[in-house]
Amino acid sequence: MHIDSVEQARNAGEQLHHFHGGLHLRHNKKISCETPLAQVPLPPLLFVPLLQQYGGEAEATVETGQKVLKGNEIGCFTHLGGGCVHAPTSGTVTAVIHRAISHPSGADGCCIVIEPDGLDRWEELEPIPNWPDADPALLREKIRNSGIVGLGGAVFPTAFKTDDAARQGIHTLILNGAECEPYISCDEMLMREQADSIVLGARVLLRATGATRTIIAIEDQMGAVNQALKQAVKSAGDDRIEIIKVTTIYPEGGEKQLIQVLTGLEVPSGGWPVDLGLLCQNVATATAVARAVVEGKPLLERIVTVTGNGIRKPRNLVARIGTPISDLVEQCGGYANDVARLVLGGPMMGYALNSDANPVIKATNGILALTARDIRPLQAEMPCIRCGECARVCPAVLLPQQLNWLIRNEQWDDAAEHGLADCIECGCCDFVCPSHIPLVSWFRFGKSELHALAIERKQAETAKRRYEAREARLLRIQHERRQQLEEKKQALRGASGKRKKLAEAISRARQDRKQ
Amino acid sequence: MGGLSGLGLGWAACRFHIESDPVLERIEALLPQTQCGQCNYPGCRPYAEALANGDAAVNQCPPGGEAGIRALADLLGIEPMPFDPGNGEEKPKTVARIDELACIGCTLCIQACPVDAILGATKQMHTVIESECTGCDLCLPPCPVDCIEKVIRYPDVDDWRWSIPRPTASGATMAANEILPAGQH
Ligand code: SF4
Ligand code: SF4
Ligand code: SF4
Repeated sequence: MHIDSVEQARNAGEQLHHFHGGLHLRHNKKISCETPLAQVPLPPLLFVPLLQQYGGEAEATVETGQKVLKGNEIGCFTHLGGGCVHAPTSGTVTAVIHRAISHPSGADGCCIVIEPDGLDRWEELEPIPNWPDADPALLREKIRNSGIVGLGGAVFPTAFKTDDAARQGIHTLILNGAECEPYISCDEMLMREQADSIVLGARVLLRATGATRTIIAIEDQMGAVNQALKQAVKSAGDDRIEIIKVTTIYPEGGEKQLIQVLTGLEVPSGGWPVDLGLLCQNVATATAVARAVVEGKPLLERIVTVTGNGIRKPRNLVARIGTPISDLVEQCGGYANDVARLVLGGPMMGYALNSDANPVIKATNGILALTARDIRPLQAEMPCIRCGECARVCPAVLLPQQLNWLIRNEQWDDAAEHGLADCIECGCCDFVCPSHIPLVSWFRFGKSELHALAIERKQAETAKRRYEAREARLLRIQHERRQQLEEKKQALRGASGKRKKLAEAISRARQDRKQ
Repeated sequence: MGGLSGLGLGWAACRFHIESDPVLERIEALLPQTQCGQCNYPGCRPYAEALANGDAAVNQCPPGGEAGIRALADLLGIEPMPFDPGNGEEKPKTVARIDELACIGCTLCIQACPVDAILGATKQMHTVIESECTGCDLCLPPCPVDCIEKVIRYPDVDDWRWSIPRPTASGATMAANEILPAGQH
């Protein structure tokens, strides 16, 4: 990365910029922000999936019948800096089973089933009370062991990012409170009600990564949030933390888009914010960091928005990981009579949920129940008319119509070259396409094909290498055998030569004697 | 002496690589590297060579499947042809697994494996390194006690893929009237 860019990134927030495209969408957040946060009671059984983080399933570390305390590690995940899974309450592990988890495939995943004992007893907590003076590496280790992942929905292990930030050196921490997805308001409620813990998390992250300032980015229409955060920063008395309001244009809360708004710089394709000296974390992730370091508590619960016209009393709830989604819906007064579709996440980036018996996971930011009149009517797909609307709104500056065509024709390398991997699946192109082409569905399909192809190619490459190594070895052995054979023959021939000379000498001697 | 000749071979391989034919390289890159021999050549490289010389047809590799035929035809600038059933059929990807209790440690499978994916020594139990196994099945026939079986590699949630969108699939669920009138900028 260019030194200039890093310098420019230092001035993040001084002036606001724009990203390409985007949409002004109706927010629909108000309906779920009118009731304060509440805790979901303990369900009779918790189903804690081991697939809770980007990069794969964790490995179970408990067995059926084992007693666990709240906060005990029940699943271990070591890739990408780690992101373990912990028991959300105390009780007994009654089973380790495969069942439906909240995954777009509707596929089954491994779940630890815990029957709560009702006592909600914590394991012995090990907070780091002197964190402002503690070794930053110690703080990062705590983050690593507390199962913290990006709570904005990407569930990327936070430790990977903080370790990387500390290693490469960053100047600015950006806390992302620009929750742009319509209907979803879990971050907004968090910032209103727990602003202090966000500010605390920011300070812990500053210590852990060595950054010198924090920007908390919020949307310009979040009035109450601004008030609460300002108050929290004031009472913390930390002048390294600044609140910046960004214009509400979907998807300004995307990591790359937010960075572009704050710095005017684009994170290069395949690059990371850390290349610009930045670390971007969701506000809820910051509270999880504060809780882990200051209180010693791993990540066991999250705020979930339960909303939409299909829910009687929409609101935000604090739910333990593993709580069945139906329990949350029940606490919100149940479904309205005309509910038609259940979506996990928001209307732009979420996906249809096959069952409300599925458990809440770390990625569950919202449950959206829509009625028929909220849903875009299914319309027959028409051929692309090359109107270019999709390219005009694409925040990643891609050519969706082109990508669509390449994917349908299985031109994977060309699709990759056209930046398929940079698509953030925001849904803008899909939304505006007059021909009703399900563009995002094609891009999701294309991205997973590219991913699978990359794995296949890597496997083929390994197989080829091993095959060549074996061929070379066989050839060498054959060569050596031939050489040995040759040497033996030589030796034999050499020996017969000597014998001949000897015989000649003898016969000469005999003749000499005769003469 | 062995070391020296090995060195010579290494050098030859390097030279070979530099001088080798780019078309051949590109053909080889399209082959699945299963090294199973179903194409009637002793490996993917020999098949690639035959293709480059025009001695083989593009429809002889079962693991490559239809997609492989299309890619090869595309590269060689010919019409894709249907698969030749004489070479076998496209099957789901499998890996070999040795019943370690039944294995007598004869080393025959090790000798058959084209990618050195089997570990073991004489009179000792053998085992397949699953991540290296290409599923070529070449180790199955030589085993005198039939203790090797092939198992299908089932995809789990970790390597699950999105399916081809249905014509009526829709990414964004949001109703179209939700866009603000002042709207797009
Ligand atoms: S918006 Fe739809 S119709 Fe217009 S160019 Fe893009 S894909 Fe084609
Ligand atoms: S879904 Fe992808 S291609 Fe479509 S607008 Fe968003 S980033 Fe661009
Ligand atoms: S049939 Fe087997 S050996 Fe021949 S090219 Fe295909 S994978 Fe390689």
